[in-house]
Amino acid sequence: MEQLLYASEIVVNGLMTGVMYALVALGFVLIYKASGVFNYAQGVMALFAAMTLVGIQQGQVPFAHLINALTGTHVSHFGWNVPAVLAIALTAVVMVLLAIAIQKLVLQHLVGQEPIILFMATIGLAYFLEGLGDVMWGADVKTLDVGLPQGISDAAEALTARLTGYGFFIDRLDIWAAVIATALVAALVAFSQYTKQGRAMRAVADDHQAALSVGISLRFIWIMVWSIAGFVALVAGIMWGTKSGVQFSLSLIALKALPVLMLGGFTSIPGAIVGGLIIGVGEKLFEYFVGPMIGGATETWFAYVLALGFLVFRPQGLFGERIIERV
Amino acid sequence: MNEHMTTADFEPYTTADGRRIGGVMMDLRNITLRFGGVTAIKDISFDIREGEIRAIIGPNGAGKSSMLNVISGFYVPQEGEVWFRGKRRPALRPYQVARLGIARTFQNIALFDGMTVLDNIMTGRLTMMKSGLVSQALWWGPAQREEIEHREKVERIIDFLEIQNLRKTPVGRLPYGLKKRVELARALAAEPSLLLLDEPMAGMNVEEKEDMSRFILDVNDEFGTTIALIEHDMGVVMDLSDRVVVMDYGRKIGDGTPSEVRNNQAVIDAYLGVAHD
Repeated sequence: MEQLLYASEIVVNGLMTGVMYALVALGFVLIYKASGVFNYAQGVMALFAAMTLVGIQQGQVPFAHLINALTGTHVSHFGWNVPAVLAIALTAVVMVLLAIAIQKLVLQHLVGQEPIILFMATIGLAYFLEGLGDVMWGADVKTLDVGLPQGISDAAEALTARLTGYGFFIDRLDIWAAVIATALVAALVAFSQYTKQGRAMRAVADDHQAALSVGISLRFIWIMVWSIAGFVALVAGIMWGTKSGVQFSLSLIALKALPVLMLGGFTSIPGAIVGGLIIGVGEKLFEYFVGPMIGGATETWFAYVLALGFLVFRPQGLFGERIIERV
Repeated sequence: MNEHMTTADFEPYTTADGRRIGGVMMDLRNITLRFGGVTAIKDISFDIREGEIRAIIGPNGAGKSSMLNVISGFYVPQEGEVWFRGKRRPALRPYQVARLGIARTFQNIALFDGMTVLDNIMTGRLTMMKSGLVSQALWWGPAQREEIEHREKVERIIDFLEIQNLRKTPVGRLPYGLKKRVELARALAAEPSLLLLDEPMAGMNVEEKEDMSRFILDVNDEFGTTIALIEHDMGVVMDLSDRVVVMDYGRKIGDGTPSEVRNNQAVIDAYLGVAHD
């Protein structure tokens, strides 16, 4: 009984972690669906968004080091603090500007190229953004605090203690992440299924020529999709940044999104969620039950091995579109 | 070589089967299109009149599809002018041309394979949807009314093209002939004033060709849609069209009614005499 309860606590915590993975994976799916591009830079976009958010919030002068080095001044901060909500809004604006810049400077010149070319371009974009973030805001580790509650949730502990006699340890931040991610997914699904812009997005994903012929502007749709991906990156950046600090390793969570995508399928929004949850729960349970037998630290590789299995037996993932082709 | 235009050519008239042909809707003047060193279209001029069915014919590689791509904005010619409804059209992007009321189909069928027949046709009306983002997402009030309105228009087209039983079928599963029909339906959903059809009957059997011919005539007759089409089947072209442009190696070698074109020696030499048997 004790064991079972402990396992359920692990499952709950795994689900919460899974939501965080799903948040990152979502950004990949959006861009992949709309333009067939695997955006390697998605993780770095989350890092860049988090850095920009911290910078704006703390009133940092962008490019301070560069300005100081060039002009011999010693600027670092404007001397004001921006409220969290306003700072998030301003960061969202920055992400939209970034989307426009990416479209104008990169994508526009690569229309009609092979997907692998576009993929390579996003690798370049990832390194560029990483550098830009450092130059703009400095490379030091920053703490991010937008007022999200953190630490053990007393309410959850009390509730589970009353129900089962065993108090679950659940981080309040994880609960918030789950709520926000659910809202975000609901909004995205409503957007892509029912709105004119969402339909246009799906049309562009399917066939560029056909989309043009019914009066859809590819340029507008791409900017829109990259803006949304930037916004999702911002949300992921806030969650992960609050959890583990804003630093370079934040961009590496993107790697965890890969097995999530292989499970869920690159083209499915619900797939990204379910994939994230399976990985989150799977790696926690595996660590708990099998970890001790084989020396622990299984969380670093479990997801990838699972993804490998999927690649062999079900390459389109759980929810991915099977490509139908008449021959 | 170019036929000289007289003012009589611009007079509206009524055809033998009672359709009204109006003034010039689209006027292409001295169009030249090059790809690097290759000249796909060389100094071609012709016009399309309100309400007529205008065919563009010619052997393979004559530049017919390029011509259609110029009209629909997919290609921008290096020289020449495109006049639409009495105004010179600047170099527009394809989606802007579509919003002017010029719809098209493609030689190699460009449909959204992942969507159903109904969703495909609905995309034809995307640019006409006016209600706001939020009300659409929430399926609320005006957005709902608007959606129903558009859906009714689309249902009319579905009935018209006799594809009622395919509404929910993913387009990727349809056979070739039906795909062509869905593509026509999507183009019609935009309620275009000018409809461009790139080989609407290529690869079809006789029965499918007859169906498609009937649809084209009905569209022109019932909706008054002006149609420009490219077609290989000479019999079909001669039956369908009011006037025919003949192209060969990127040049115009003939222009006129089907009977005029059929008796044009240059056309016989370049196309009919060589391409057939």
